[in-house]
Amino acid sequence: MLTILIITLIKIIGFTFLMILPLVAYSVYAERRVSAAMQDRVGPNRVGIPFTKIRLAGLGQPIVDGLKFLLKEDFTPNHVNKFYYWLAPAFVLIPALLTCAVIPFGSELNLPFLDDPVKLVIADLNVGPLFIFAIASLSVYGIVLAGWSSNSKYSFLGGVRSSAQMISYEICLGLSLVPVLLIFGEINLTDIVKQQSENGWLLLPVVWNETGFHISAESALLWIPAMIAFFIFTVSIFAETNRTPFDLPECETELVAGYHTEYSSMKFALFFLGEYAAMIIGSGLIVTLFLGGWSLPFGLDQNFIGDDGLVPWWLGLAHIGVFFAKVIAFIIFFIAVRWTVPRFRYDQLMKLGWVVFFEAALVNIFVAAGIIMIFK
Amino acid sequence: MATITVKRPKLTFLEKLFIPTLIKGLRLTLSHGVRSLRGKAEGKEQLAAGHLGVTMQYPEQKWDSHLPEYYRGAPALVTDELGRERCVSCQLCEFICPPKAIKIIPQEIPADSEWAKVEKKPQAFDIDMIRCIYCGMCEEVCPEQAIYLRKDYAITGTSREEMVHDKDKLYEIGGQRIGLVNKWNDLK
Repeated sequence: MLTILIITLIKIIGFTFLMILPLVAYSVYAERRVSAAMQDRVGPNRVGIPFTKIRLAGLGQPIVDGLKFLLKEDFTPNHVNKFYYWLAPAFVLIPALLTCAVIPFGSELNLPFLDDPVKLVIADLNVGPLFIFAIASLSVYGIVLAGWSSNSKYSFLGGVRSSAQMISYEICLGLSLVPVLLIFGEINLTDIVKQQSENGWLLLPVVWNETGFHISAESALLWIPAMIAFFIFTVSIFAETNRTPFDLPECETELVAGYHTEYSSMKFALFFLGEYAAMIIGSGLIVTLFLGGWSLPFGLDQNFIGDDGLVPWWLGLAHIGVFFAKVIAFIIFFIAVRWTVPRFRYDQLMKLGWVVFFEAALVNIFVAAGIIMIFK
Repeated sequence: MATITVKRPKLTFLEKLFIPTLIKGLRLTLSHGVRSLRGKAEGKEQLAAGHLGVTMQYPEQKWDSHLPEYYRGAPALVTDELGRERCVSCQLCEFICPPKAIKIIPQEIPADSEWAKVEKKPQAFDIDMIRCIYCGMCEEVCPEQAIYLRKDYAITGTSREEMVHDKDKLYEIGGQRIGLVNKWNDLK
């Protein structure tokens, strides 16, 4: 019992605080460097090891930024509703970090000094995606509270836009996932990844063995609804995490900074962290559901797993690396889209959510169900 | 003025789908990114840029050789070909200076001096570089061609006192200038 508790604690600290939070800091760095490269600029390239001339291409920048946030004056304006003003930043960050509890970030680790293999997921819930939706949609409360309690028109408009945006995109987010769950017949994220590791990724349903590449007719046909679901889900995640082209709640050109206009110092940093953490968890969820999570493509994992179904320790470690490589690639995609696509107008956003994606997601469910029925 | 009705462009089906245009945009930004990372950003030779992008890495690389002829940097005093200070302390620059950055204390040249004929020279000549706006009025107004704007632009100091250029410093920047310069050359 005690060992289980300790292992869980190590997983929580290791995954959330030693992997996700540094990844947040460095995705901010990546954002600045990638956007700079795309605009023929340089970006932060100076901060390296202090008191030396070693620059490490500016990799020290996130640490310095964090220190700056800690040392800045924490200013609370007089005209705000203090209780909710203080509460709001935590409401943004904590749901984002909570959701990483159900994301499987690796297969399992067989350690010689433990009897059972360690499953590399903090909480192996049977309702993974539902848990994520339930918790992730809480973060909109933080934004709405921040907008309302700031008692300023820009913040208020940002908060109102955020809630409207959430209502119109949460539906597509949920509905676009139904075909995926139909295809897997499973709602446990660990088992979903295990299926993809055996049968190829959802978006790459090809299996390789000694006789060559194989693809079954059913999975080839199901690729179409899967692809539509992937597209809708990705766009909805963009909207959910307030990333451009759907960053209307903070929209610098119209609303100063949107809901966090009145925030400074660490409270602003919490909003910032929450936004990037949500982006990383969103990427993690997309990777888990559509791109095979920690698994190698073409079902290659099966060649390395022993007959007793045990994953060798080096493969377990490699799986963690594979998962994070995929997540990082997806974050770069997020960043590339942000610096390419202009912001949607508000009515365009609403129209896209309610008229296009909602219907497309609904139809997609029936298409997927039909294909599955034919092959039953 | 007649009302002009702007015709909205007719979009093809593919353009309305938004996805092909998204890919087109991504291709543009990513190609810029890749070119920038390979050190082949457009127009970088012209801007004498460092490795990344079109940005010059300032303290290591400098723009000095590219400064134009008419560049207005720090104002400085000059001596003539015989080493005499040209300034005769007429104080015209002090009066014209819009931010009142110049302060001159005039002094008589003693009768036994070689340059007694000139009569006056500055005892102290201070330019407060915190106030100076590099407008070049002093250069334009000077009847003796004694003050010039040089190409020094990185004027730094750690205190207000350090930012005041005194006479020695001004002559150090200015140096010697031989012969008369026609300041309004292109107007002639």
